[in-house]
Amino acid sequence: MSSYRIQGATGEWEVVIGLEVHAQITTQAKLFSGSATAFGAEPNTQVSLVDAAMPGMLPVPNRECIRQAVRTGMAIDAQINTWSRFDRKNYFYADLPQGYQISQLYHPLVGEGSIEIALDDKNPDAGTKVIGIERIHVEQDAGKLMHDQHPTMSYVDLNRSGVALMEIVSRPDMTSPAEAGAYLTKLRQILRYVGSCDGNMDQGSMRADVNVSVRRAGEPLGTRTETKNVNSVRFVMAAIEHEASRQVDVLEAGGKIVQETRLFDPGTGTTRSMRSKEDAHDYRYFPDPDLLPLVLDQAFLDECRASLPELPDAKRTRYTDVLGLSAYNAAVLTADVDTAAWFETLITASAAKQGKDEAAVAKQAANWLTSELFGALNKLGKGLEDSPVSPTSAAELLALIGDGTISGSIAKQVLEKMLETGDGAAAIVEREGLKQTTDTGAIEAAVDAVLAANADKVEQYRGGKEALFGFFVGQTMKAMAGKGNPQLVNQVLKAKLG
Amino acid sequence: MRNNRSERMTDLTELGVAALRDGVASGAFTATEVASAFNAAVEAAQGALNAFIVTTPDAALAAAGKVDAARAAGQPLGKMAGVPIGMKDLFATKGVQTTAASKILEGFVPPYESTVSQKLWDAGAGMLGKLNLDQFAMGSSNETSGFGNVISPWRKGDDTTPLAPGGSSGGSSAAVAARIAPAATGTDTGGSIRQPAAFTGISGIKPTYGRCSRWGVVAFASSLDQAGPMARDVRDCAIMLEAMAGFDPKDSTSLDLAVPAWEAGLNADMRGKKVGIPREYRVDGLDADVAKSWEDGIAWLKDAGAEIVDISLPHTKYALPTYYIIAPAEASSNLARYDGVRYGLRDLPDGANLQEMYAATRAAGFGDEVKRRILIGTYVLSAGFYDAYYTQAQKVRALIAQDFAKAFETVDVILTPTAPSAAFALGQKSTDPVEMYLNDVFSVPASLAGLPAMSVPAGLSRDGLPLGLHVIGRPLDEQGVLNASLALEQRAQFSAKPGKWW
Repeated sequence: MSSYRIQGATGEWEVVIGLEVHAQITTQAKLFSGSATAFGAEPNTQVSLVDAAMPGMLPVPNRECIRQAVRTGMAIDAQINTWSRFDRKNYFYADLPQGYQISQLYHPLVGEGSIEIALDDKNPDAGTKVIGIERIHVEQDAGKLMHDQHPTMSYVDLNRSGVALMEIVSRPDMTSPAEAGAYLTKLRQILRYVGSCDGNMDQGSMRADVNVSVRRAGEPLGTRTETKNVNSVRFVMAAIEHEASRQVDVLEAGGKIVQETRLFDPGTGTTRSMRSKEDAHDYRYFPDPDLLPLVLDQAFLDECRASLPELPDAKRTRYTDVLGLSAYNAAVLTADVDTAAWFETLITASAAKQGKDEAAVAKQAANWLTSELFGALNKLGKGLEDSPVSPTSAAELLALIGDGTISGSIAKQVLEKMLETGDGAAAIVEREGLKQTTDTGAIEAAVDAVLAANADKVEQYRGGKEALFGFFVGQTMKAMAGKGNPQLVNQVLKAKLG
Repeated sequence: MRNNRSERMTDLTELGVAALRDGVASGAFTATEVASAFNAAVEAAQGALNAFIVTTPDAALAAAGKVDAARAAGQPLGKMAGVPIGMKDLFATKGVQTTAASKILEGFVPPYESTVSQKLWDAGAGMLGKLNLDQFAMGSSNETSGFGNVISPWRKGDDTTPLAPGGSSGGSSAAVAARIAPAATGTDTGGSIRQPAAFTGISGIKPTYGRCSRWGVVAFASSLDQAGPMARDVRDCAIMLEAMAGFDPKDSTSLDLAVPAWEAGLNADMRGKKVGIPREYRVDGLDADVAKSWEDGIAWLKDAGAEIVDISLPHTKYALPTYYIIAPAEASSNLARYDGVRYGLRDLPDGANLQEMYAATRAAGFGDEVKRRILIGTYVLSAGFYDAYYTQAQKVRALIAQDFAKAFETVDVILTPTAPSAAFALGQKSTDPVEMYLNDVFSVPASLAGLPAMSVPAGLSRDGLPLGLHVIGRPLDEQGVLNASLALEQRAQFSAKPGKWW
């Protein structure tokens, strides 16, 4: 995927991509006011005097917003600037009550960091690539204009006005739509682990400005365009594909790329010009005189670091190296923080129920979760978050498999019943009589019957056709309605067949 | 009887903050009597002086009623109990129109109360009304108000030419000087408390930046704006400043420090104190009256026991240009919120789009001086000019602060004139902005450095107009400033007041 090239009429072109991601910080209150930040609230119900920029109102930084941005910076191994400052970005628009956005141009809170992306998440051996992150700064969101409420007027909803955003600016280190997609996915994963952003792109909690330029191999960077506010991973990839091809077409036709801001149309998968550099605002940035520089002390930094959870890469490594999971399972189970949390609750409960340590039950749990539960939930059109089976009841099921009470195939039936009824695994096994038989007498009787009924095959087996062993196992299990203990069935068969 | 009462009420308006507070506390008179007396004086003077944009006699009476009831019930009384004051119309007052003297906010009634005004009401003060000022506190003569000039109560002898009360707190200075308010709030960005105090023969102190909360005060230049009291004398200012100051978590630049007992700490003994006289303030062509009053001030402080020291503040000459870059830059951004969208004036010409609505609203709502400063501020912040102006100005501002810090290694306070001249006639300087800006030449450096500074009356010019002396102190040393000012006040024996011609 690193060899992504656009085949133009005149040859190959490379694509250079940088992303500026706006991530809404998960907090109860806005960046500089105490207003709530609930999504989907009635218009203008989450607005304080500060958010509406009433005369004489002043911003006061919300400690939790700063804390979350710092924790995010730490999660990408970035430099945390213990001295940073807020600047005003001045422009007039009806969704911007102050007439300026409070942002951080000159001295951002978080400096250089990086994240590592997998070049192919289906193939752990495909390698990784480090994408540089130039900075993270915090800033206010604007309100929203509504143009469809009145025939001649626009309405303003200030609920989002002043909501805290992190702007996470990458280096132009990505060279294909897939890399950009992987970067955005990984970034979202980290943010959700840290808990600094819920990553809900469809609700606008996370959106990307996509910077794209093209060049021939070995040439300096071309002029870039910036496609604003793209709100899904798929759209980001589509926007890059379209924009890169468009730029190649323009250049090959002898034209020039204009540095401009563009908009992505999800309907057509294309971008169109919004404003060019000539129309660009002069934002007249200057330090916000209402706010003192932000100075972070060591105790604050220590708390931020101490409160960081295990991050995705570390977790994935632990899953393979300590818990012994396959690379694939480790990747699947760590992809989302909630999945990992579910899995970890499951193995803790399983270990307790089975009286083993977590590493001893993890592999069974991981296999069951990724192949059995995910599949079953998928059929029901549900996700893990609304699974009718909780990690503790799943642990009960796994314990029944573990101690030989039921076999793996019976466990499938039990899971189905659990999803259907919400009852516990043990109760279902008891009620339906699904317990595995370890009564050697019963097994011997069943084996005798099977061997008697298949005398010809017994002859063949004894004549050297050992592959028939599986057939006898199957027949025995069938005769016992699946409840025969597989190990005992094997033993008895081996003994009787000589 | 009726005559007696009327006389007594006239007497009440002659009293300052301390005397009113003490008289109400001792029962010599009631707070209601005080409020009524000042309400009547306000009403009688309003037509002539135009000191108020709105008067609020009922608010004054209501506050007084509460104080009288509290006293009757034996409850403890606040620092300002029974003292009605004028509130500069830059402070948001809940339920009372707040305009910053601009047409763009005409009719705006805030649903909130500024921290400073709330503290004053909590201390038992009452509100006589909202005082006129230069529009958005931009001006030195009160001629930029959208609600008409304030006329100084002072006149040059029999000459009836209307004089400037100074600015921007011109309504405040005129009201206190005219005895229609015992005290008033002011705000000072580059001299807006001190220069009008000097022009009208009253006292006013701008405390250290951060002492008084800016929350609910219409912003002009955030890094410079400070509220402070304007009153008849130093003690009254100390009392009122105690009531106004204090940490406010709603203002990030507010200082989280206890408020000292400034009134109790007043002490005019200057023995052991050093007073700096900055040579750079001896500008060419300094007005002879001003020069003489400065010499008087030096002699008085010597008499009070102080040692006089020549000092240098080498970057003084850059203070005014620096101020006129930083203040307009901040103002151009602070005033962007007056856009016709949410409150205040909206001028929506037929078929206008958003940009045209902005332009029409701001063209109609802002006065010329406000527009001039928005233009200057927008210019100095624009791409290509930012470093040459704004960045450079910030560097010079730091150097000016350094000058003071160095001087204060040697001296305890600095003495200068407050303004380069006595009050001028309305219209005399309003056509030449630079001439007008020069009025702030002595007051601006302390503003840029965030230092406490006070103006006290020093005497009269040959024309019979008040002159002020200016005491600048170390950061947080309001006490030192008040004490030196008290030493001046005791020796100046300033008792002149304007004749009542209205």
